Amino acid sequence: MGLMNNHGVLERHSLLLTVGILVVVSIGGIIQMAPLMYMDNTIEKVDGMRPYTPLELLGRDIYVREGCYVCHSQMVRPLRDEVERYGHYSLAAESMYDHPFQWGSKRTGPDLARVGGKYSVTWQVDHLKDPRALVPESVMPPYAFLAEKPLRTKDISARLRTERLVGVPYTDGMIENAEAHLLAQADPEGRGFEFVDDLVSAYAEAAGREGSFELRDFDGDPERVTEMDALVAYLQMTGTLVDFSTYEADDLENRR
Amino acid sequence: MTDDNKPVDEHSGLQTTGHSWDGISELNNPLPRWWLYTWYITIGIAVIYMILMPAIPALPGLGTNTPGLRNHSDRDNVSLAISEMQQKRQSDATALLDASLRDIETDRDLQQFALAMGESLFGDNCATCHGAGGRGAKGYPVLADDIWLWDGTLEGIETTLRHGIRHEEDEDTRFSAMPRFGQDGFLTAAQISDLTEYVLHLSDRSDDPEAVERASGNWVAQCSSCHGDQGKGDRTQGAPDLTDADWLFGDSKRDIFDTIYHARNSHMPAWEGRLDDASIKALAVYVHSLGGGE
Repeated sequence: MGLMNNHGVLERHSLLLTVGILVVVSIGGIIQMAPLMYMDNTIEKVDGMRPYTPLELLGRDIYVREGCYVCHSQMVRPLRDEVERYGHYSLAAESMYDHPFQWGSKRTGPDLARVGGKYSVTWQVDHLKDPRALVPESVMPPYAFLAEKPLRTKDISARLRTERLVGVPYTDGMIENAEAHLLAQADPEGRGFEFVDDLVSAYAEAAGREGSFELRDFDGDPERVTEMDALVAYLQMTGTLVDFSTYEADDLENRR
Repeated sequence: MTDDNKPVDEHSGLQTTGHSWDGISELNNPLPRWWLYTWYITIGIAVIYMILMPAIPALPGLGTNTPGLRNHSDRDNVSLAISEMQQKRQSDATALLDASLRDIETDRDLQQFALAMGESLFGDNCATCHGAGGRGAKGYPVLADDIWLWDGTLEGIETTLRHGIRHEEDEDTRFSAMPRFGQDGFLTAAQISDLTEYVLHLSDRSDDPEAVERASGNWVAQCSSCHGDQGKGDRTQGAPDLTDADWLFGDSKRDIFDTIYHARNSHMPAWEGRLDDASIKALAVYVHSLGGGE
């Protein structure tokens, strides 16, 4: 009982006690989290995932800013009815470039993990501007102001660099040309014309295939790049990156 | 935890913890037995769970976690659940796939099945744009009437569903493009204003015969090749009939002017790949039944 009788030492030295508490409390956390950092099957090996284009990334920032995640999840759970309604269940790999992930915890509106390409760009814009004009029973608030607000693009290179700092594999070229790439995606026939090839090749290389994003004016106003352009570009990409034709669901590493 | 060295409290006759704070000491009451044993049992359950279920992560460098004796996997389970469900639907789905669209409509049982399936699919995938029951919205065609831009036959509806409209990734998509007459500088705003009067005159709504007269040359040169001399439209290229009272993008002067100035060229995604063949067939039968199927 030697140790048991010496607990007085811990109890009488507050700093020692604090350190002791930290050690004990962190054991649970370490056991839960540390293995995820080194285990081979934490993130599935998939084809097609690429870092978000600058326009998509800023669209994602608007998604977060407007709190879309409060009513929309981005997580198709491995349950039969969800897979039937939304499509293939979500993979960890699909959120690996999300900082933070947008899985959400509540569905007032439908899940958005696979909404990309499901509806037309025009529909997304019309619906964001006035949801009830298209879906009378909807309770979603209108976001018409996004089409009026010019997108803030000045610090986009720094934004990409920050993402790289936390592990998103943006290349030097992607960071350097971020603003040009953004223009190329949102205004490919106008101001961004000369950067289109560079944008396409940079992100096609990252994704391992071409055509993983649309180049166009999204909000119906080609003169300006607005927050609506960015948000719709992001929404039209969600859930479309992973190539499920090469995904081995039966592979031991992909079991969960 | 009794300990012979611990002092005993005089009043209660119970042991104390042996600690004394300014003369105050604490009784050392043991935990209730039932509580203690429940706790031991939960520990036992946790150990059994770790053996049966995927649980223990390997040390660094050794790969993954233990698979557990039950070989449990949520992802395998959902694949299984889906294939079981498909098996259950197999007989009806095969019947749908084997029958022609026309046969589905005439076979009562098959039709009931297709309509039920089509209705639920429509709610999930189509009602978002075309409205519940196909009631439509500005810019999104009503499917419950007998006015069709492209094709209102069963086969035509199936083609539209499968390949979409102006869905560029699909080679077989229905495609046509109205020029952006104003935006791209083919016509001036004044000419478009006159043409708007001409279009209104097609449905007897113009009150400016001079403007109609002025626009007749441009109508022949720019519009009639798709919309027809009389403005009756051309379904082979999705050019709408301009003489009727149905206006997809609004019937006001302002709306028609905007349509000519910017062009509309709306896009419907292709559903092949997103939906399986049986689903697309069921949807075609359902949409055909909504009101004006041909």
